[in-house]
Amino acid sequence: MSDSSATEEVVSDSPKVSKVTEAVIRIAGNSQDGIQSIGGFLAQLAGRSEQEVMTFMTIPATISGGPSIFQVRIGSGEVLTSGDDADVLMPFYQHSYENHIGFLKEGGIVLYDSSHVEPDPELLKKYRHIGCPISELTVEAIGGTAKDKGKNIFALGLVARMFDLDAAKLEGLVAERFKGKASSITTTALTAFHAGYGYPLTTLEEIYAFEEPKARDTEQVVCNGNDALGYGILAAGVRFGAGYPITPWSDIMELLRRELPKYDGIFVQCEDEIAAVSMAIGAGWGGRVAVTGSSGPGISLKGEAIGWAVMAEIPLIVIDVQRGGPSTGMPTNVEQSDLNIAVFGGHGDSPRVVIAPSSVEDCFYTAIEAVNLAREYSTPVIILSDQAIATRIEAFAMPKLQELCQDISPDLTPREDHKPYDLSAPDGITHHAPPGTYIKSGKYPIATGLEHDEMGHPSGSPKMHQDMSAKRRSKLQALSRKLPLPEVFGPEEGNVLLIGWGSTQGSLREATEQARKAGDSISCITMRHIHPMPEGLENIFDGFNHVFVVENNDEGLYGYGQLCGLMRAKFANPKIVGINKTDGLTWRVKDVLARVQTKLEELKG
Amino acid sequence: MSATAEITREPLKKKDLAADHPTWCPGCGDFSVLALYFKLIQNRGIHQEKIATVAGIGCSSRFPYFVQSHGVHFIHGRALPFATGVAMSRPDLDLFVFGGDGDAFSIGGNHFTHCSRKNINLTYVVMDNSVYGLTKKQTSPTSPIGFKSKTDMWGAVDQPINPIKQAIFAGATFVARTTHTNPKHLLSMMEAAMDHNGFGFIECLSECTEFYNGAFDASNPRKGGEFLEVPEDHDPTNETEAYDLAGQPFPGHFGIFYQVDRPSKQDREKTINAKFLEKTRDLEPHQILQQNFDKMK
Ligand SMILES: Cc1ncc(C[n+]2csc(CCOP(=O)(O)OP(=O)(O)O)c2C)c(N)n1
Ligand code: SF4
Ligand SMILES: [Mg+2]
Repeated sequence: MSDSSATEEVVSDSPKVSKVTEAVIRIAGNSQDGIQSIGGFLAQLAGRSEQEVMTFMTIPATISGGPSIFQVRIGSGEVLTSGDDADVLMPFYQHSYENHIGFLKEGGIVLYDSSHVEPDPELLKKYRHIGCPISELTVEAIGGTAKDKGKNIFALGLVARMFDLDAAKLEGLVAERFKGKASSITTTALTAFHAGYGYPLTTLEEIYAFEEPKARDTEQVVCNGNDALGYGILAAGVRFGAGYPITPWSDIMELLRRELPKYDGIFVQCEDEIAAVSMAIGAGWGGRVAVTGSSGPGISLKGEAIGWAVMAEIPLIVIDVQRGGPSTGMPTNVEQSDLNIAVFGGHGDSPRVVIAPSSVEDCFYTAIEAVNLAREYSTPVIILSDQAIATRIEAFAMPKLQELCQDISPDLTPREDHKPYDLSAPDGITHHAPPGTYIKSGKYPIATGLEHDEMGHPSGSPKMHQDMSAKRRSKLQALSRKLPLPEVFGPEEGNVLLIGWGSTQGSLREATEQARKAGDSISCITMRHIHPMPEGLENIFDGFNHVFVVENNDEGLYGYGQLCGLMRAKFANPKIVGINKTDGLTWRVKDVLARVQTKLEELKG
Repeated sequence: MSATAEITREPLKKKDLAADHPTWCPGCGDFSVLALYFKLIQNRGIHQEKIATVAGIGCSSRFPYFVQSHGVHFIHGRALPFATGVAMSRPDLDLFVFGGDGDAFSIGGNHFTHCSRKNINLTYVVMDNSVYGLTKKQTSPTSPIGFKSKTDMWGAVDQPINPIKQAIFAGATFVARTTHTNPKHLLSMMEAAMDHNGFGFIECLSECTEFYNGAFDASNPRKGGEFLEVPEDHDPTNETEAYDLAGQPFPGHFGIFYQVDRPSKQDREKTINAKFLEKTRDLEPHQILQQNFDKMK
């Protein structure tokens, strides 16, 4: 708990209250304990209280259970990551205690379920241990066969007490969650909450209260990246989607299936990912760009059809919520190892746009940007999200929906003539005429995957293949000239520039801040536009002695991660070096800093 | 969406509809299917821009190039899911999908099954030549046992697919069989499939003169064969009867084997949407979305 300013006020019969600017709470149990929902409630409360919040969770890939954690970092100031180490650890089981105590700050609090956890006597001095028979007391409070249902809500009460949280607001959130369920369920949940909240935390000398956050002029919303991406797709005007379930993409398809009918749209659950991408391309050809998506193996299946959309120049949105790979890999862990398949995953020369949202909020805006790029450049756009962004919860400013929501209905105005692949079009950018468009010349276009002439009719001419390949390439080169350069976080000149993409943005920014405080010269950028990259990046690199590309993927056969490899290929600049890891977890700030130091020493070496 | 309703039109002539000269071999059965497709469009007075001609990959799948209509030459085996995307988002179009036996029943087999059960409203004509034409004579999923091809030089050994049985089993609602050598019958099947609300599937025997000459002579009276229509007393709503009829040895029967009324996917989705639209019809999209965002405050 940082910056505890120890403004104490004494409440009668209660421990003293210390003000804190932020806290990291890690709840560790099994997946069926509902710890995700404790975290969810805390995050939502923080958002409503105008605080910043970021969460991190791990869930097992199996349904029947397994260890699971939820970490939430709440702060009155800016929160960039879910925190390296916890201030408070709440372990439900012995294994949770043993596996996670190492993530607790020295002097941190272990609030453990004494019904299941036997603390390690050697650690009693290092951490403050507070036992509470969470499981027993929950059963006592709400009855039942002690399948431990409801102990998450009991634990929520404990946390609320410990952090002097707004109990009334939390009760409201709990009641909201169970709205529509039998009233007895709500009552039971609230009973569990009160039991936790009322538990005398006698061994605790102090409780904590968050500093008033700085007032904001906009309302905040709280959600995870998958939700933000799904809603962004709706705001962008997309009304058709198709997919096949796979973790962690499924949330998005479920959201779209649920929401699209309200807009008279449709989401189709398909027989496989090939059908899904084909359907989305079909709808896009129909005149309104459509969405498909997947994770892991499903992305491989879509490859051939995406290549067709490149060749036929039909707009398409493909969402890839990356997870650990290859093959079934690590379905519920984070990895950034689909960059290559996103950029290069087509046979033949098949340039396409790839963009990566860098935060939960950015997921929403990236979806809209992707749709607009797909339309403007008549091309498939792949959105590379990842498991960490997909599942973590953040608070961000309420988007201005009225301004952002757009109508992308097809334009079926009759035309005199239409050349679908006009080679004289500026920058090679052409748009197909959707079916239903009356063409007065009577010459109707064919959308095709065969190399074709300007009318879309097959052509084996060597010159035509050369010209058309250049056309498909040059429109993305035109795009690269228009893309904004990434903002440099920190000074524009210095020793080390860190480059990240996707979910690592927060870790790199916090690492940069910490390093600068410690007197090290580090800045960072986030690459949102992966392919094409914005023109002029080299000017940013010029300001630094070293450029380290930090990624959640393997260093590969040649020593570079996937983005790093792309940058080495483009810039042929030996100061671009990779820092990689493949443990399936997000980058911790201290690990970033340690690896930067090692790398600097290595380079000196 | 239609901006073209007011355009005054002459009836479409064959020359309006014919595009590139077909690249098929002389005598290829696919020519008749194309000729009768033109006729169908002319007979029905469909507006040219409302026709969508979609195909996968194969000799037969070259079809869209030969038609003056909005057309798509998609990837091998995936014409049906592509067309599903069109059908679901553009119900105002008249959608026709053409392809070969390999495209439909081998690489596209999964899609054939699911398009059948989903009952997507479109017309699908499979030009079955029982061979892979475009790739020059490999065994197809409908090649009979013993058929000698480049991949079965000693004769095909795998049990062939029976497309009619396959379609009925998968839940198709319109299942018909015809042949390129009987134009009148072929046209009447296409018309019936088009009039059917839902997935209208036609297996059309279409001879590959190049790689499987004479394959269907037994069904062609001009070659000494017999063209047997589905018996008049056949009840096309009777699934088991249709299934049994489809099991007759080659050349079997021609006509509508099976046809039932079941809401198409478009119909079903429309019913779902109607319920939601009662509440959201008068709202702008941003207002609908705002409701979700308000819940996340
Ligand atoms: C993914 C993929 N695999 C293989 C091919 C090669 N290929 C093209 S057409 C074809 C078979 C065509 O047979 P059929 O569908 O019966 O059509 P026909 O040529 O007989 O009309 C094959 C194997 C391809 N184009 N794409
Ligand atoms: S190879 Fe066979 S199917 Fe292909 S065009 Fe020639 S005759 Fe027709
Ligand atoms: Mg064939």
